[in-house]
Amino acid sequence: MPRFVLHVNGDAKSVEVADADEPLLYVLRNALGLTGAKFGCGLGQCGACTVLLDGEPVRSCIVPVARAADRKVTTVEGLGTVDKPHPLQVAFIAEQASQCGYCVPGMVMTGAALLVKKPKATLQEAKDALAGNLCRCGAHQRILRAVMRAAGRTAT
Amino acid sequence: MNARPSRREFLQATGALVVSLSFAGDGAAQRLPASDAALGKTLDLNDVDGFIAVGADGRVTIFCGKVDLGQGLRIAIPQMAAEELGIGVDRIVMLEGDTALTPDQGPTAGSSGIMRGGVQIRQAAATAREALVRLAAGRAGRPASEFIAIDGEIRPKSGGQGIRFGELVGDKRFGLKVDPKAPLRSPDTYTVVGKPLPRPDVPAKVTGRHVFIHDFKVDRMLHGRVLRPTSVGAKLVDVDESSIKDIKGARLVRVNDFVGVLADDEWAAISAAKKLKLSWSDERALVGRDGVRVWMRAGPFESDEFLVRQGDSRQALAGAAKRLRGEYYWPMQTHGSMGPSCAVADVRDGKATIWSASQATHRFRVTIARVLGLPNEAVRVVYLDGSGCYGMNGHDDAAADAALLSRAVGRPVRVQWMREDEHGWDPKGPPQLLALEGALGDDGRIAAWRTEMWLPKATASLPNMPLLGPEAAGIAQTPGITTGLISQNGNPPYAVANQEVLVHWIRTAPLRPSNLRAPGKIANCFAVESFTDELAAAAGRDPLEFRMQGLTDPRGIEVLRRAAALIGWQARPAWAKRGTGRGIAYIHYKNNESYVAMAMEAEVERSSGAIRVRRVACAHDCGLVINPDALRAQIEGNILQTLSRTLFEEVAFDRSRVTSVDWASYPILTFPDVPEILIDLVDRPREPPLGAGEAAATPVPAALANAVFDAAGIRLRTVPFTRQRVLAALA
Repeated sequence: MPRFVLHVNGDAKSVEVADADEPLLYVLRNALGLTGAKFGCGLGQCGACTVLLDGEPVRSCIVPVARAADRKVTTVEGLGTVDKPHPLQVAFIAEQASQCGYCVPGMVMTGAALLVKKPKATLQEAKDALAGNLCRCGAHQRILRAVMRAAGRTAT
Repeated sequence: MNARPSRREFLQATGALVVSLSFAGDGAAQRLPASDAALGKTLDLNDVDGFIAVGADGRVTIFCGKVDLGQGLRIAIPQMAAEELGIGVDRIVMLEGDTALTPDQGPTAGSSGIMRGGVQIRQAAATAREALVRLAAGRAGRPASEFIAIDGEIRPKSGGQGIRFGELVGDKRFGLKVDPKAPLRSPDTYTVVGKPLPRPDVPAKVTGRHVFIHDFKVDRMLHGRVLRPTSVGAKLVDVDESSIKDIKGARLVRVNDFVGVLADDEWAAISAAKKLKLSWSDERALVGRDGVRVWMRAGPFESDEFLVRQGDSRQALAGAAKRLRGEYYWPMQTHGSMGPSCAVADVRDGKATIWSASQATHRFRVTIARVLGLPNEAVRVVYLDGSGCYGMNGHDDAAADAALLSRAVGRPVRVQWMREDEHGWDPKGPPQLLALEGALGDDGRIAAWRTEMWLPKATASLPNMPLLGPEAAGIAQTPGITTGLISQNGNPPYAVANQEVLVHWIRTAPLRPSNLRAPGKIANCFAVESFTDELAAAAGRDPLEFRMQGLTDPRGIEVLRRAAALIGWQARPAWAKRGTGRGIAYIHYKNNESYVAMAMEAEVERSSGAIRVRRVACAHDCGLVINPDALRAQIEGNILQTLSRTLFEEVAFDRSRVTSVDWASYPILTFPDVPEILIDLVDRPREPPLGAGEAAATPVPAALANAVFDAAGIRLRTVPFTRQRVLAALA
């Protein structure tokens, strides 16, 4: 069986899969027990499964695990914890930017990647960056406020 | 605040069920390996012990039959209980929707979480507090009137040492009936209710630690996928088990037309579902999307029903000088949960435990017991958070799938639907057709009104919506359809002397329907409040003033006034056609619940037909406000989700199947579409708390349609408001 080494949240993880085309998402969720990234569509359309691959947001539901081999994978668990949340997670909590919360890990990862590139991102930049992340509950306004808060701006 | 129970003990000796807390934030709520369906705890709605237990450490456990679907009951109901008990909300933990532990408070639906579920628990808490005061007074040999419950203690009002709740009843039963007359605290003294306290589950949700049903695992669990047919109603013709023999551990389960695959590994199960060769009969029994409207007019009909008959609307219309007509249509829509439905089932040895995101665990317990041929007592259904659910989506279907597969192999099985399953097979919000007719009197007011509705008729006393898995497996279920209460608010909320609301009840629905947020009321308000605008324009009157003149209820007038102020309403005689416009709409939800007025500012781009919503202003009165921040979140969600439904959403289907099976073919609102949202909450501490999970959804489409009319002079009467429809109307 193919074996790969992934650098997940700073740790080297060796994983063995029966199918090298198995999407990264299932390896993270099942083999590594990192269930923060969610299955939403399996088509790269909704963003619930977003993780960072070498710092870039990717849809882990359509990234074969082979493509993540020997690369850095950051999941929402790697950003922060309940006790020590990442500044963007702090902002999400402050804005109560979650209803059901299923899409939220993907929102956090997309937002975190934006803020690395543009620490002072504008509201429009946040809207554009998150355009591929879907939310059904309608938490959008709070999510935008959270990103703006983490960017040191007041959302309008 | 993120405390979730990870361990619990049933103390046989004393009989109270006490939950130990873990602050690890592991979110392992209600992870109970034992499938004991009856733990011996009372589930009686009339018993204080049904709802409340106090541990020796003074912590309080609330057993809540309503569940938190993301709407914030997990903080709001503990706030209501904390206020009455006199204890900090941080010392309360709430268990939700476990048929072995929580009383049956009915489904978490119809905006009933606070107004019925929370109110029941509040009364139990008030009864418990009175009992604690009596106990402490008894110990002190003083009258109860000299004591007060505060901060988890019963203290003498005159000062001095208090006695902690845990010392009084810790780990013991109250053994009391809920006293409907137990006095509630005065709103003047509220310290917890009315505060925007943060929800306890948010930190775990934003750090990826919250355990959703999708993340839940039990030992020896297999992953399952169910193969749905290629057309609705199709029969399985052939299945070739050898087609998946190369996938390690993959196995097939077939029960009549129910076909599933199982594997230890989730990706193996998905791969097997993709690879499995099977063929289905080709059925073409559906009317198809383009045929729905004609089909609704044609029937077959169950009955006609007059919901309102006041004065003589037909005669008044016949004799009117100025008479208007409009036909409004609302299409079938999907729940569109972000995470496809999921469940874990363990069916073995004549017992079953189902972990599900069901809105109605007690009801589902009876359903699944019947499906499995087990007595109700042998089945336990435990709620775990699902992906947002706004009515009956596929979660009960997924749970039945998991149960059938688990029973077939005698091991726990997890089933998660794929995206095409969810979009293709979740029960849909039913279609609605409304024909409205109205007349203006010489005084410029509405003199007559008729609403004629064509609606699928929900089957009376249907025990449950027929589920896909059992149907395919040939397990008998009571046939019928469920829709929610879809005929309410078809009447104008304004004074009209002659009015009539007539429903033509259609016997079936084009696709399997269910209740979807604010069932029926969104479309009905869309028609009624758009048509009110049509009448105002015909009368040459300002739409706000026209509405105000027809209202006498001060709470209705107040929300309209506030919404208008919030958006900066400018009175106008008719549409301005400046490219950007404003509209307003109002509802008294179900004619007896919350009051909502909504004003909207939207731009219509004439070249593309695109509608851009700039600002939404909502004034909202749901009586006593328990948690204003959670309430705002519900209002925001109602607004954005309904804008999505209004602008973009319609299930596409042909004669055989649903064809909009992903987010490309069924687009929803995205971040660039998000308008500015302004909310004004009317808090009425002396009024009962009403629901807020649905009401603010209902005026959205009419407010938008009315803004579009103001902006471009076109009247949109069919949802969704696609660019093509706008361009056609502009042409």
